[in-house]
Amino acid sequence: MAGSTLTIKDLHVAIDGKEILKGVNLEIKGGEIHAIMGPNGTGKSTLSSAIMGHPKYEVTSGTITLDGQNVLEMEVDERARAGLFLAMQYPSEINGVTNADFLRSALNSRLGEGNEISLMKFIRKMDKQMEYLEMDLDMAQRYLNEGFSGGEKKRNEILQLMMLEPKIAILDEIDSGLDIDALKVVSKGINQMRGGDFGCLVITHYQRLLNYITPDHVHVMMQGRVVKSGGAELAQRLEAEGYDWIKQELGIEDETVGQEA
Amino acid sequence: MTTETKLPFDKDNVRSFSKEMSEPAWFEELRLKALAEFDQLPMPRPDKTKIDKWNFTQFTQHTVKSSAYPSLLELPEEVKALVDLETDNKNLYIQRNQTPAFLTLSEELKSKGVIFTDIFTAAKEHGDLLKKYYMTQAINADEHRLTALNAALVNGGVFLYIPKNVEISEPIQAVYVHDDVEANLFNHVIVVADDNSSVTYVENYFSTMETSNTLVNILTEVIANVNARVQFGAVDTLAKGITTYVNRRGVAGRDSRIEWALGLMNEGNTISENTTNLLGDGSIGDTKTVAVGRGEQTQNFTTKVVHFGRHTVGNILNHGVVKESATSIFNGIGKIEHGASKSDAQQTSRVLMLSEKARGDANPILLIDEDDVVAGHAASVGRVDPVQLYYLMSRGIRKEEAERLVIHGFLAPVVNQLPIEGVKKQLTEVIERKVR
Repeated sequence: MAGSTLTIKDLHVAIDGKEILKGVNLEIKGGEIHAIMGPNGTGKSTLSSAIMGHPKYEVTSGTITLDGQNVLEMEVDERARAGLFLAMQYPSEINGVTNADFLRSALNSRLGEGNEISLMKFIRKMDKQMEYLEMDLDMAQRYLNEGFSGGEKKRNEILQLMMLEPKIAILDEIDSGLDIDALKVVSKGINQMRGGDFGCLVITHYQRLLNYITPDHVHVMMQGRVVKSGGAELAQRLEAEGYDWIKQELGIEDETVGQEA
Repeated sequence: MTTETKLPFDKDNVRSFSKEMSEPAWFEELRLKALAEFDQLPMPRPDKTKIDKWNFTQFTQHTVKSSAYPSLLELPEEVKALVDLETDNKNLYIQRNQTPAFLTLSEELKSKGVIFTDIFTAAKEHGDLLKKYYMTQAINADEHRLTALNAALVNGGVFLYIPKNVEISEPIQAVYVHDDVEANLFNHVIVVADDNSSVTYVENYFSTMETSNTLVNILTEVIANVNARVQFGAVDTLAKGITTYVNRRGVAGRDSRIEWALGLMNEGNTISENTTNLLGDGSIGDTKTVAVGRGEQTQNFTTKVVHFGRHTVGNILNHGVVKESATSIFNGIGKIEHGASKSDAQQTSRVLMLSEKARGDANPILLIDEDDVVAGHAASVGRVDPVQLYYLMSRGIRKEEAERLVIHGFLAPVVNQLPIEGVKKQLTEVIERKVR
């Protein structure tokens, strides 16, 4: 099997000197879909930003490797070219740069000098994926995320995912703010990517998304750690019973970061 | 010690130059009057830039002769790139230093009465028409020393006149080439769109070589009469060593519209003023400016819209990039005069600084002397947003390329407005070269 493996070991991450992640362990292989669930403020988004290398997040200890390569030594763009992708919760708006120009730059940076995709081939590929995601084709010529609605931004993140075809994708609350139709479209895009070469980490508050994207593994984060892992049935139990039973089981009073068990 | 202000060019020089150009009497008189007033007039005072040490008045040579271009194929390669060589039906004026070096105007436009010719030919052949507009409505010779200097010493320029009811779809282009270190330019451009006419005029100031202590003084008057429309595009790329004063001013009559798209890319110290006087009721002024400052240069860009008529609309959009040790000041002025009710003055100025030593300033100024109006302004000075870079890089784009995209994107809203593809491409390339 050709899939990649992202391995996170004992990861500690701080922001502005405050420790948010306190020893996260996780392994995502090609072909697997993992879901991380958990209430607000437990470190889920911090994990995704740390993996991608957001400048504000400082990894204080632990390791992240992709097929044995040290991810933490890579610049953000190198991480992307190595095969990582993060669909962001709040994508930046960039005035004056069209969606199409941006995507072509991104695609070409992966392909490398001399192997750039031809304009025609690029347009065909982009049109096809936009149609699949039921996006207005005009969006290719609009400035990147500028004036996009919440739903349009999320679709655009998935469009990038489909265009760039990463080995491991992290989707940070891709479902928040989506109505049910948009959620179905976004899920359709993600499911289209499913396969032995593609590993995925879905971060969400809601079980709802997992009705459309069935995870192989479900993890619950609290207090900056993964406190429980299981299969798809764990998500269903969380939906039915909430998080209190886990807190009771583990003796946690306040699940947010900064509260010790 | 004060800077020398005694002019190296006196009354007799002006007279003999005027004679040599076979100018009509009124033109010569206007020169002499301006020259006589020069001493009493103040220098212009651009907000937040001290120019008393700048040389705008001392030069050794007033007149240089350059040879004309026998055909477009003889143009320097860089200039060829600005011109659409394919189209036969061109409307193009090329001035080499001060010499009219190439002119073509389509038969169709000629037959409609369009006048497009160098300023000296215009003075000779269309004297009455020129006299009506030359420093009478937009710019006055006695405003300050540099307007007077231009009036007295004008040695280049063009006159474009669009008669009533003539609408021109294809752009009219002028290229001012500077390729002689001895050449100091006092250029005067007049664009008149008579009632119900419309025109797009695009100009380039283009240096082919570096120089030192060269003067360029440009006055540009745009007159849009009743219900006329003028789209004015410009890309200035004068070299390091040229100190430039450029004043582009429009006067908009009733229900008319003047739209400016200016790429201000000079490499030397520059004072640029762009004013639109909305005289007629219902007139519209729209200015979009991009500027890049680099090296050691200091630039001051004032963009001003003055509302006199009722129901007038003024929009200013300035985007500037400053790098290395350059200083760029952007003054945006929206002025609503008493009586200009129901008017709307809006402006946005944004400055992006790319280095620690770069200095940028955006000053929004609203002067309002009327109650029943709408006005708004936004200004910002900042650096490239690290979160934007992170977003682009997270897709695999290298840092330099990500910065390039953000900077180009920042300037794109204005670049995209330029009406000639070749000029748009040129501006994009200039920006590319300058921000790298």
